[in-house]
Amino acid sequence: MKAILTVLAAIALLAPAEASAQSVLRIGLNDDPDALDPTISRAYTGRLVFAALCDKLFDVTPDLKIVPQLATGYEWAQDRKSIVIKLRPGVRFQDGEPFNAEAVKFNIERHQTTPGSFRKSEIAEIQSVEVLNDLTVRFHLSQPLVPLLAALTDRAGMMVSPKAARALGDKLGTQPVCAGPYKFVQRVAQGKIVVEKVADYWDKNAFSVDRIEFVPITDSSSRLASLRSGDLQMIERVSPSDLAEIRNDSKLKVVGVPELGYQMIPLNVANGPKSKAFADVRVRQALDLAIDRDTLVKTVFGGEYIAGNQFISPANPYYDKKVPVAKRDVARAKQLLKEAGQPNFTFTLVVPPERDRQEASLILQAMWAEAGITANLQTQENVTMLQSGRKGDFEAYFTFWSGRPDPDGNVYTFSTCKGAQNDQHYCNPDVDALLTQARHVAEPAERKKLYDQAIEIMAREVPRLILWHRRVFTGFSARVQGFTPYPDGIIRFRGLKLTN
Amino acid sequence: MALWLYVARRLAVLVPTLFFVSVLIFSLQQLLPGDAAVALAGEENDPAAIAAIRARYHLDRPLPVQYGLWLGRVLVGDFGESLRNRIPVRELLASKLPVTVELALCSMAIALAIGIPAGILSATRKGTAVDVVANLFALSGLSVPHFWLGIMLILLFAVRLGWLPASGYVAPWEDLRQNLTTILLPSFVLGTGVAGVIMRHTRSAMLQTLGADYVRTARAKSVPERLVVLKHALRNALIPVITLGAIEFGRLLSGAVLTEQVFAIPGFGKLLVDGVFNRDYAVVQAVVLVSAALYVLLNLGADVLYFLANPRLRGTT
Repeated sequence: MKAILTVLAAIALLAPAEASAQSVLRIGLNDDPDALDPTISRAYTGRLVFAALCDKLFDVTPDLKIVPQLATGYEWAQDRKSIVIKLRPGVRFQDGEPFNAEAVKFNIERHQTTPGSFRKSEIAEIQSVEVLNDLTVRFHLSQPLVPLLAALTDRAGMMVSPKAARALGDKLGTQPVCAGPYKFVQRVAQGKIVVEKVADYWDKNAFSVDRIEFVPITDSSSRLASLRSGDLQMIERVSPSDLAEIRNDSKLKVVGVPELGYQMIPLNVANGPKSKAFADVRVRQALDLAIDRDTLVKTVFGGEYIAGNQFISPANPYYDKKVPVAKRDVARAKQLLKEAGQPNFTFTLVVPPERDRQEASLILQAMWAEAGITANLQTQENVTMLQSGRKGDFEAYFTFWSGRPDPDGNVYTFSTCKGAQNDQHYCNPDVDALLTQARHVAEPAERKKLYDQAIEIMAREVPRLILWHRRVFTGFSARVQGFTPYPDGIIRFRGLKLTN
Repeated sequence: MALWLYVARRLAVLVPTLFFVSVLIFSLQQLLPGDAAVALAGEENDPAAIAAIRARYHLDRPLPVQYGLWLGRVLVGDFGESLRNRIPVRELLASKLPVTVELALCSMAIALAIGIPAGILSATRKGTAVDVVANLFALSGLSVPHFWLGIMLILLFAVRLGWLPASGYVAPWEDLRQNLTTILLPSFVLGTGVAGVIMRHTRSAMLQTLGADYVRTARAKSVPERLVVLKHALRNALIPVITLGAIEFGRLLSGAVLTEQVFAIPGFGKLLVDGVFNRDYAVVQAVVLVSAALYVLLNLGADVLYFLANPRLRGTT
């Protein structure tokens, strides 16, 4: 032990005086991001890095309003089948190339034509990009689509330098060149990603941190320990079980906001032979009524998450307050089952090997049992479960949706008759018409009326059980000032300061 | 038999061994549940994008064809690219290998520095308090889970005392001091585990040699006890320890999965685990193959040392 202490002391003595006054922000990521190319990126953690590297045409505010970023404004055509976007003048990519209408055209076409692009389906409705002048573009759409703007607040709206993209081809992700406030410096796979402030960024005064290091640490205990020891100044998506430790430490802070997504159990309504169990709407209603969502959230997550019943959280401006989370009603559930002729209803719920959903499914099983419902829990690896879901090889499975800033992204593909993710094959022409109409309307108040009607129908027909919304927690050192949480969990660096 | 012939024969065995390992790991990966392309696509489930992933990585071809394509590239030194981040696997291996080698060397140094003296002490003072303490240490080194010890050390040295960083890795050519501070705790965690094994083996080998006739003869000639222990007994006792050390070193080189995870050290173990979780076939295959090759080569190295240290073997192999 004495020898070890001597070695430690010797190492400590070797420490050079801190020479640089550069402010360095180190952020712990839950896993190592995939390719840093907005066109082929898939992993959530990559978006945290992109927030520093790549500006987008639009951004969302903490209350989910869409605001221009690389754009300065937009105007929809009367028929909502085209949109004119004005671009910010004087912006340069990190390699000095100018950002202009041609660059926007290049990027949209790159998203649409690169093999393996994950943006293609997000902006599939853009038929062509017309360059009106150096700083104005018009997108022509195949059909009216107001939620397109929301897609442009994420990776589909990120602009890379055309010159760099042409030079690097599909290797752009190893050396990304965008138009954001920080430029790419270095990546050590599974070690760190380093970015540095761009000296001539158009809004440079709003960014005070000089250098950001993203450090993937998969083990949550060591991520937290690194925050406590001061090696990291911020950690993302803090697990609820770690909250108490952060709150008890006066040098640390943690804030949480409701996420955009939700946890859900799709019920097989009409997808193949396994849809027999849930074809009767009364059985689905009984299942829904037998659940006490508040108790579920309190028991499994210590009340840190939010009970939910819609594809948007109660904190979302689009939430329909006329359809609150229903009180549990076991007697009514039993009666409905009796009416359906299935007083001893039995079904199989597939659950992936993931702690949150495993624990929740046990509580649900017990709640259902009180209404005479037998739920057989079957654990299945996540990807296999999703594949079975697509094929209709399920009665019910426990999954989640990460959420999108526009409500359309949380419901359209799940609940329209031909929706790509409508594994349950739920189909109601009225819901279809309402959700499609909501894509044509730009005024939020008008859209909300349409969504409200769809929510009310689906609350009656229960094609899937939406159960809770997580909170996204960001933990940080008290040295970090000016942090504003966003429902997407992505850290914005504008206005962020690091004190000593 | 001449040494070179012995080495050549052992090297020849290396080829079928690696071939077998590669076939095994390739087949085992196919048993992983879930389609790799779907896993990679995540929430974005555009069928066109999934098909593009399949085509890019030949996942749409029959298995023997996939294996053949892979083997053909490996033979010319091309391990393909990571399915997840599109970095060439060769670059990933080249950047992880020095980290893992450094970690393994430091851990081994700590293990030898603790294990051998502790083994000698407990053998020469068998039955005394020193022996009991050394055994206790060896047992706890062997039985304490690495991740637990790792977290405890982080909490003590990084969070409480603030002497060492909690996690991460800095390359020695970037900053030697930081490199040493980041590598110290994980090396200690790994080193104590191996030290336990080495101590136990040194102890039993020493007990055996100390009871041998030639040691008794040496003592009878009134050779000083120090010399008897260190020169006559230890040298012979070390032969099995060399073999054991090589095996343990090979194990360390194939990546210390949990320790690297806890300390966020970007080495082979972390590369392998992340590769398995992300269905990153190209990465997993390459890591396993390189680890297996290193393991076999190290064992060969140990055998050569053994061969040199023990003249009696030369006639028999």
